[in-house]
Amino acid sequence: MSKKTLFDKIWEAHVVKEIPNGPSVLYIDRQFIHEVTSPQAFDGLRKRGVPVFRPKQTIATADHNTPTINQHLPVKDELSKNQLDKLTQNCNEFGIELYALGHPKNGVVHIIGPELGITLPGSTYVCGDSHTATHGAFGSIAFGIGTSEVEMVLATQCLMQNKPKRMRINVNGKLNKGVTAKDIILYLISKLTTGGGTGYFIEYAGDTIRSLSMEERMTICNMSIEMGARGGLIAPDETTFEYINGREFAPKGEAFEKAVAYWKTLYTDDDAEFDKEYNFDASDIDTMITYGTNPGMGIKITGKIPTVDDFENDSEKNGLLKSLKYMDFHQSEPIMGRKIDYVFIGSCTNGRIEDLRAAAEIIKGRKKADNVTVWIVPGSKMVEKQAIEEGLDKIFKEAGIEMRQPGCSACLAMNDDKIPAGKYSVSTSNRNFEGRQGPGARTLLASPILAAAAAVTGKIVDPKEFL
Amino acid sequence: MEKLIKIKSTCVPVNIENIDTDQIIPARFLKATDKKGFGDNLFRDWRYDKEGKLKPEFPLNNPKYKGQILVAGKNFGSGSSREHATWAVAGYGFRGVISSFFADIFKNNALNNGVLPVQVSEVFLKSLFEKIEANPDLEIEVDLEKQVVKMGGMAEHFEINEYKKECLMKGYDDIDYLLNIKDEIEAFEKNRAYFL
Repeated sequence: MSKKTLFDKIWEAHVVKEIPNGPSVLYIDRQFIHEVTSPQAFDGLRKRGVPVFRPKQTIATADHNTPTINQHLPVKDELSKNQLDKLTQNCNEFGIELYALGHPKNGVVHIIGPELGITLPGSTYVCGDSHTATHGAFGSIAFGIGTSEVEMVLATQCLMQNKPKRMRINVNGKLNKGVTAKDIILYLISKLTTGGGTGYFIEYAGDTIRSLSMEERMTICNMSIEMGARGGLIAPDETTFEYINGREFAPKGEAFEKAVAYWKTLYTDDDAEFDKEYNFDASDIDTMITYGTNPGMGIKITGKIPTVDDFENDSEKNGLLKSLKYMDFHQSEPIMGRKIDYVFIGSCTNGRIEDLRAAAEIIKGRKKADNVTVWIVPGSKMVEKQAIEEGLDKIFKEAGIEMRQPGCSACLAMNDDKIPAGKYSVSTSNRNFEGRQGPGARTLLASPILAAAAAVTGKIVDPKEFL
Repeated sequence: MEKLIKIKSTCVPVNIENIDTDQIIPARFLKATDKKGFGDNLFRDWRYDKEGKLKPEFPLNNPKYKGQILVAGKNFGSGSSREHATWAVAGYGFRGVISSFFADIFKNNALNNGVLPVQVSEVFLKSLFEKIEANPDLEIEVDLEKQVVKMGGMAEHFEINEYKKECLMKGYDDIDYLLNIKDEIEAFEKNRAYFL
């Protein structure tokens, strides 16, 4: 029998049919939907006159376009309200479970799947959101899709997909103190570039990855798309099983034991082949931050902004200059010590309880810097509840920061949480594209501890000094 | 879906690499619940200034450049999965996009909406930009059946999945196909892992 990768095993178990010279029909175990990328899909179903094929296999939440204050009040923005109302109507009409705004299970789609025990190893997940890759942390195939594909899955629970190529990224060795999962992934993106993973599905492996908690693994898989990869996954292990055990929708008792026995078969066979493989040493990774307008433009916190001489071809040189002009940064300047205006801690990348705890540890006993506006946004109602139970909100409050209510918030700035033009934002989210956090906003991607250190100092600092 | 067999048109060049979906259509314009009107906000923050006035230096605002084909720098459509990016490209009137590299999700979304992503070599793309700049009235021909893109004496073959090619040429979509194999999907479901 030929040796198989983890990805192959899960993929093959979900192929309904192969089309000669074409894509495979891939069965999707669960779909997540939200208000922004689903309404046109439901319209499509109505036009075709078809029902949702397996309504129990789709879960809906409102997250992208929701306010993060006063969620008990009617949503003020008319277009946003309409979009949220549409989601409710569609879910009612087609029989889909919805965790609407204010529901105790509401939250950012990629936070609630795992925390509710919906995300399980060996399964396939899709969502009309490119950060669906987050769920790959459990050893599942999870990827973002467009709205036509959302409609496809609603109508048939299947997708037409070409099998991606296989890549493995091994990270081995001991991480330096204060270096986080976010730093690992920002480092990998800076090495592979934003197109380096296009056409691939990535398996993250190595003892450094193994040593990470589930939440840290989610941060890594989450940003696979930032390398262009549809998804990334990590083989399930005891850490995975322990995280899943006892969660609301996870199998229980004997069913759980049986499931674990199967999940233990989900690993890449020795000598299985990858189309591409990279090896990195954890000790080479330092605290990272981005300086430019794509997530591949990351440097060490102690580093300097690159110069055109660091790049080979003209288009890369032009790309650097265009980015620096937008950011109002200059070649070969150090990044440390620069004043910033906003801090955003949250998103599907870093809006989980461990992220808030890490931020709280630095903020505790300190005060928010006067020149900074700080938004701490838990990823879900459950994260919010836990943060309150642990007194994290009080720590933030004592520092002069009001914890907000859950949602995607300033990660994509569809709601009112927009960074003003020209202002600098240290953000724990996943994209620093031009205007991503608001027209003209300047985003610097970093870990929750760097963001927390920026919140209390008002500038870009090395968080290791605060640990 | 409208059939697509051949596109013959002048082009609009946007010679920028890594054009992400937030540039194609910023998130604040994703609040619509239908597919209409996104073309008006295609490349919104590059096309318009803060006061909503057109930026004359941006190619879409240059009257020299018009047509049904967008020619863009390497790695077009990276970032978000928003199909609104394709609806914006299509809504503006483009039927094809030529680049030397496309992000996966954008490519799928384009194909699902009858917009043809044409991936050419970097050398070919560079000459395309040069030729369009020298003569904006030059027509380009994208022949899907023969999988060839031609312009001013140059020609290059492009790849496309056979199945997707047939879908585009006949105007079929994946849902039509999947709805027809429901019984096979149901048969597959009987053997799914019990815990799901």
